Amino acid sequence: MMRFNKIFRKAFLFLLTLPVFFFIFFPILWLFSASLSNQAELYAIPIHWIPQHPTMQNYLDIIFPGQATSAVPRTFAVALLNSFKIASSVTVICILIGSLAAYALVRIHFRFGHTIQLGIIATRMIPEVSLILPLYIIGSSLGLINKPIILIVTYMSFALPYAIWMMAAFFQSVPMELEDAARIDGCTRLGILFRVVMPISVPGLVSTAMFTFLVAWDEFFYALIFTSTLAAKTVPVAIAEFVGRYAVNINGMMAGGIIAALPPVILAFLFQRYIVSGMTAGAVKG
Amino acid sequence: MQTHPKYIEMATNSTLLPKPRHSLRAQDARTAWLLLIPSLAVILGVTLWPIIYTFILSFFKAPTGINQVRTFVGLGNYMAMIKDQTFWDTIGRTMYFTVASVGLEMVGGMAIAQLIHSHPWGWKVLRICLIIPWAVPTIVNGAMWRWIYNADFGALNGLLMQLGLIKHYVAWLTLPNLAMPLVIVADVWHMLPFVALILQAALAGLPLELDEAASVDGANAFQRFWSIRLPLLRPAILVALVARTVDAFRVFDIVYIITNGGPANKTLTITYLTYLNSFPWGNQGIGAALSFLISFFTICMALIFIRWLYRPEETQ
Repeated sequence: MMRFNKIFRKAFLFLLTLPVFFFIFFPILWLFSASLSNQAELYAIPIHWIPQHPTMQNYLDIIFPGQATSAVPRTFAVALLNSFKIASSVTVICILIGSLAAYALVRIHFRFGHTIQLGIIATRMIPEVSLILPLYIIGSSLGLINKPIILIVTYMSFALPYAIWMMAAFFQSVPMELEDAARIDGCTRLGILFRVVMPISVPGLVSTAMFTFLVAWDEFFYALIFTSTLAAKTVPVAIAEFVGRYAVNINGMMAGGIIAALPPVILAFLFQRYIVSGMTAGAVKG
Repeated sequence: MQTHPKYIEMATNSTLLPKPRHSLRAQDARTAWLLLIPSLAVILGVTLWPIIYTFILSFFKAPTGINQVRTFVGLGNYMAMIKDQTFWDTIGRTMYFTVASVGLEMVGGMAIAQLIHSHPWGWKVLRICLIIPWAVPTIVNGAMWRWIYNADFGALNGLLMQLGLIKHYVAWLTLPNLAMPLVIVADVWHMLPFVALILQAALAGLPLELDEAASVDGANAFQRFWSIRLPLLRPAILVALVARTVDAFRVFDIVYIITNGGPANKTLTITYLTYLNSFPWGNQGIGAALSFLISFFTICMALIFIRWLYRPEETQ
């Protein structure tokens, strides 16, 4: 009887997971299915949940655009490349300069150290929209609008505090004894950071790099304001243009959306065991 | 690098350490500043200086155009805002969005965390799958839902039609009272997993004995949840709550892509209004005043939450 109860309970709980699975997968699978449909099937009533004539044409159109396709899908591949360049640059710079700062904040006691820590949390709270006007004014007077560099620099405003906080949390967990031992061996602070703390924190650094890449890949607001030419825009802006006022390209948007979602989803799967620690560190506290 | 046990012993035995000289501290401080300089320079350049500039700009009438002449108007921009009904409507809608989406995410996230924690068949799969919506970029998420709600071929219409719940396809996003809830659903799909994952991890870290002890004492499932798990989960709940509230209050991307603030401004949020003033409408002064207010609100909310988070009894 006990055993029957237990099985019944398991089955009941399992039934409860089904709506959750449905909620997670219904939108994304529909997006995927639509990305494989042609225009006619997309508009079919009743709806074709699974395309009867699946086609890769939508993907081919935006990855290897021919002359026939319009301007927006033709530049998707460029946008993809821009996004990769910008997100990787942001990630590398954040790890390089952020790790130095994170180390100083958690392992060196000095005046104003605590104030700076709090200041860095506070800057993470400032929304992008509050910084955009000055950045835009200075950026346009320097002629940086539509250049990737302005996105790399401005993405620092949210990515760097985030990276510093995550790395600070990871560095804090390195045993102090190791550091003291290295100091006695005559290691300098920088030596300790690069030879002791960083090697031990590799999983943490990888996790930080992944999160930094994700936030930079995801960013839309700065990219919308700072890029207007086809050559300069990033993937989120390109996708917004698929549904934009000029031309509605539903098939392109569906395929583009799947392509844009792939890198972050793959990264998240690869580093799933770091996800929660990264989320918590990025949230507020170190 | 391998550390010989001898050194660890030396390091932990303070009598073996050389007496720290006074200059060592000073040297340390200098190193700290050197290490911080690159990051501080960046933060100064892209955050601190712009926010001060925004604050100053908010006291000027600053139209964009060929002859940009800025005139000092004192608190004029703020006064104009306060008198403008659109501003208050926008604040109200932003609050509506924030409270509804964060509320749903917290309650739903908690429910899913509990579900995973009770280890039904396939709970590990479920936990991994939760990462997918969270990892999908915000703009892709918005675009996806925009087409789900589409009037001509959207999946929502398709589904409801097949279930026999509607007779004709409905242009969902043109319905004034439904537009905001639909945007909220899209946001919940995207961010609920974030809350669920944080809470689930916290639940998994709770000591099992407490639950068992309460169970022996005759507490039912609800009592165990309410009096034991919930108080212990408070730090995790607060982390999720801060992150989500601060983010939801500044919502822009998802509104931009799904509704463009429409229909009839029914999804116009405060950040969207700021964007409109700052760029398409060219009222930089008003834009600056609005954006400064957003920062101010956000930091106040965050400070309140942080005070809770750093309650001393929870730091151990």
